[in-house]
Amino acid sequence: MFFRMVRGTFVRQWKKLLMIALTVALGASIATAMLNVMLDVGDKINEELKTYGSNITVIPQSEAVMNKLYDVENGETQDEFLNEDKLGELLTIFWANNITDFAPETDAQVLLDGNEVKVVGSWFAHHFEYEKKGTTYTRDTGLINLRSWWDIKDGQWMDESASDSDRYAMVGCQLADKNNISAGDSITLKGSRGEEVLTVSGIYESGDDEDEYIYTTLSAAQRLTGTQGLLKKIEVSAITSPEDELAVKAARDPSLLSGDEYDLWYCTAYVSSICFQIQEAIPEASATAVRQIADSEGKILEKTELLMTLITVLSLIGAALGISNLVTSGVMERSIELTLLKAVGAKNGQVTFLVLTEVMATAVVGTAVGYLMGYVFAQIIGETVFNSAIEMNGMAAFIVAVLILFVTLLGSIPAIRLLLRLKPSEVLHGGH
Amino acid sequence: MSLLELKNVSKIYGELNALDNVSLKIDKGEWLAIMGPSGSGKSTMMNIIGCLDKPSKGQVLFDGKDISKESRRKLTEFHRDKIGLVFQQFHLINYLNAVENVMVAQYYHSMPDEKEALEALERVGLKERAKHLPSQLSGGEQQRVCIARALINSPELILADEPTGNLDEANENIVLDIFKRLHKEGTSLIVVTHDPEVGEEAQRIVRLEHGHISSDIRNEKFSEG
Repeated sequence: MFFRMVRGTFVRQWKKLLMIALTVALGASIATAMLNVMLDVGDKINEELKTYGSNITVIPQSEAVMNKLYDVENGETQDEFLNEDKLGELLTIFWANNITDFAPETDAQVLLDGNEVKVVGSWFAHHFEYEKKGTTYTRDTGLINLRSWWDIKDGQWMDESASDSDRYAMVGCQLADKNNISAGDSITLKGSRGEEVLTVSGIYESGDDEDEYIYTTLSAAQRLTGTQGLLKKIEVSAITSPEDELAVKAARDPSLLSGDEYDLWYCTAYVSSICFQIQEAIPEASATAVRQIADSEGKILEKTELLMTLITVLSLIGAALGISNLVTSGVMERSIELTLLKAVGAKNGQVTFLVLTEVMATAVVGTAVGYLMGYVFAQIIGETVFNSAIEMNGMAAFIVAVLILFVTLLGSIPAIRLLLRLKPSEVLHGGH
Repeated sequence: MSLLELKNVSKIYGELNALDNVSLKIDKGEWLAIMGPSGSGKSTMMNIIGCLDKPSKGQVLFDGKDISKESRRKLTEFHRDKIGLVFQQFHLINYLNAVENVMVAQYYHSMPDEKEALEALERVGLKERAKHLPSQLSGGEQQRVCIARALINSPELILADEPTGNLDEANENIVLDIFKRLHKEGTSLIVVTHDPEVGEEAQRIVRLEHGHISSDIRNEKFSEG
């Protein structure tokens, strides 16, 4: 009988219920899209910002102490080095999977046609393998990822897989202009410990000081300076979580954290905890965050999440108001019928249950449709803003379902109050 | 033995005494007509007798039990179990067919039973129209469905509010015949009506004026009979 009455309402009031379903669907679709983008956006923004370079710099600890002492950032006056053999330790840390790229560097002042220029040795497109305790860690990485914004004005990126890649270099555009260098030219570099004749594979424009530099392979630069097996620094690009109070506290001194705080911090991909773990893996190194990028990531992420939360909340408030109006007008239209049920013995709870069942069944359909619409919206946002698909999150579906349930119940409150006030004695008489 | 007794019942709305110190006793199996002009307090009295409203003052005894101070929930249960309501506008649920409309009252009372509901429709001569929607029934047929719905839970009292007010003469006679049969079977009936012809069919006629009982007359037709 109960379901016959529910079915009867669906047949008779289908337009009203369709409007409720559409209202719910709209709210659910926005909530679905925003929540999924929000849950995925951290990685998306991180990936986006990673294209602007590394966010962690690893230098010898002794150099870091001197930098701190003399308040110099990236001071390069010290002849301190990291051991190249330890490079693979980066891939053994807890958050190794968050390290998307890294590249070792060694640099030196060398002579080009009698003029002093800076040469930097690094990886370009390098396949790296590291074996430890029977486990092989691999990564394809290098400047091709860490300097993705370089504009190759002439020639091409260095092909590190070629057998003679050691004999190539890339020259910054300003230096190339000054020295009239083009792709394919040979240049001779004289270092403190050797001389290298290199072929220019490409001329790049970086838009900063690097336009005055020469980049070559790590081994070529090491030969020029006689620092084989040694590194000046390592650039690391890692996906990190936004900084919060705990991260700030830990960044001051991890030893100030309580046991639980320490565990939470260590197991969260804060830039500070990744730096800490790098230092654990390479004790003679000092890993520091490139603050500008790390801060930007956190702030952009926070603001984006705040904006999306606001949109979600507003859409749900809108849905609640819409549901409220529609359900209330539905109850008003059916006041005689609902009062009749009370007159034949239905209790307030039973009539309320009947109306809520109809509304909730409609909301379930609306939520399902809204979820599908939300999926499409999320993909449109993902493709438009981040050029990639948004991964749908099971947790988001659960949250949307709970939110819609709550919003539907909230929106039904005025109608239920009206329903409870309906009295057979006032509605059913013919009027005497 | 009295089925229902109103003892000094008043119903006050602000400064208006819709019922003013009314006392009335109705016996089991009795057919009572309540008559009076608009605003005389008929609907108020019907609401109080039907447990749809509570008096401001006085007592309402049903089977000797005072129900005037019961909670609204208890009153709902009481009216569901003891009273069957018949309305002037029938108030059938228009998306349910005749038998389903009868079963609604069963559903909120105990368990819907289509066989019993069909028997109730048979008592009012509508078994053949059981699967018809209200829109496919005449006014008289709709009122008979309404009576079947009132009868389905075997109430001790049928309370009818202008049951023939929306019917033509032929259908009025059919409904009155049903009431006569129910009365013969021992069902207690209270009919609120404007119509003197309907009132004349009752055993006893109570007239209300300005919230007071102005007359309480035994129908001579019944005393002679």
